[in-house]
Amino acid sequence: MSQNALKIGREEKKTTFMQKVMEILPEGGNLNLCLTCGACSSGCPASGIEGMDPRKFLRMAALGLDEEVTKSGWVWCCTQCRRCVHVCPMNIDIPRLVYYARQSWPRDERPKGIRGSCDFALKTPGNSAMGAGSEDFKFVVEDVLEEVRETQPKFKDLQAPIDKEGAYYFLNQNSREPVTEPDEMVPLWKILHIVGADWTYSTQGWAAENYCMFLSDDEAWEKIVRNKVEAVEKLGCKVWLNTE
Amino acid sequence: MRKFNIKGNFEVKSIIQLYAQWIREGKLPVSSDWNKDLKIKFTVQDPCQLVRKSLGDPVAEDLRYVVKACVGEENFVDMYPNKSNNFCCGGGGGFLQATGFQDQRREFGKIKLRQILETGAKYCITPCHNCHSQIHDLSEYYDGGFHAVHLWTIICLSMGCLGENEREYLGDDLKEVGL
Repeated sequence: MSQNALKIGREEKKTTFMQKVMEILPEGGNLNLCLTCGACSSGCPASGIEGMDPRKFLRMAALGLDEEVTKSGWVWCCTQCRRCVHVCPMNIDIPRLVYYARQSWPRDERPKGIRGSCDFALKTPGNSAMGAGSEDFKFVVEDVLEEVRETQPKFKDLQAPIDKEGAYYFLNQNSREPVTEPDEMVPLWKILHIVGADWTYSTQGWAAENYCMFLSDDEAWEKIVRNKVEAVEKLGCKVWLNTE
Repeated sequence: MRKFNIKGNFEVKSIIQLYAQWIREGKLPVSSDWNKDLKIKFTVQDPCQLVRKSLGDPVAEDLRYVVKACVGEENFVDMYPNKSNNFCCGGGGGFLQATGFQDQRREFGKIKLRQILETGAKYCITPCHNCHSQIHDLSEYYDGGFHAVHLWTIICLSMGCLGENEREYLGDDLKEVGL
């Protein structure tokens, strides 16, 4: 009994997801240099979640299993912490591959919470992912400040300037404090007061967070960064200071 | 900014670097005397964004310098692995906000939970908001018995100027210290 001979040769194949990402990334993200050693997966806290791990993700992408790779819920479980790149002998950028897999999801199918945080930030001049308006931010800061000045004699001259032109430091603030636990801002102000720092908050672009980045929405991410940069420059500050 | 080719006419800094600088310069008079007899143990989480993804081990060293100055060298217990090699807590990348992925996030966090428990520390200092929320949640959900605190809380505590309303994340052992 004879078997049909197996044909070896190149079939015309469409460009795979991984190849497309390689074209975008510097050095192609080294995505085709994998030695399959597994260092990435052994040190990844997301290994095993949703039946996936970084090595498996990359190998599946290399094999052109585009659907399975891009649609896996695991892309939302990778925190883009880059520990896999840190330990990789070939410096392979798996998190960027995950980033573009996220981007391949229709925007309205990406996780609601992240999308909502990004949309809130786009809608508010302060870019607050919790949707806090700049007037509310200002009100909370001034209200908390007044209380501290009245109740803590050591800090009767405490400052929390907003939109102070020419201040040296432009300080951002995560929305969680003004919105849910405003008293947590006070220790930070005290530290700045004690060292005599010249700083300011801003009504424009004050919020520290940026969920558009995690949503893999490049356009929105850029819009938010540009708004914040403009805010720092408008006030003529020398240092954009992150609280974390 | 680099991704979008935006050039700003300013520097970008983390306040962690400044805390260390200000303590070295003597501008921030922190002291660990309050913890000499109490001997309350602290560990610290390295935020991925700050350490591995941005400023590397030098800022992780700054972070430890600040923490030790505030709580006492002998009361600081590092987790393992640490600095650039530390594990992500599981709060980043939008995971905390990703609707429908709560169980996965807590599964992810088990490594961090174990790292913290192995230090035996009562407090984990979390100088990042996502880390703070995630580690706070891990302790509550898995009954870890440790507290997640912001760094500024401990700095003010160690200068004796932490107000009564600024102690939300402190346990009973520190509610009254320096009041």
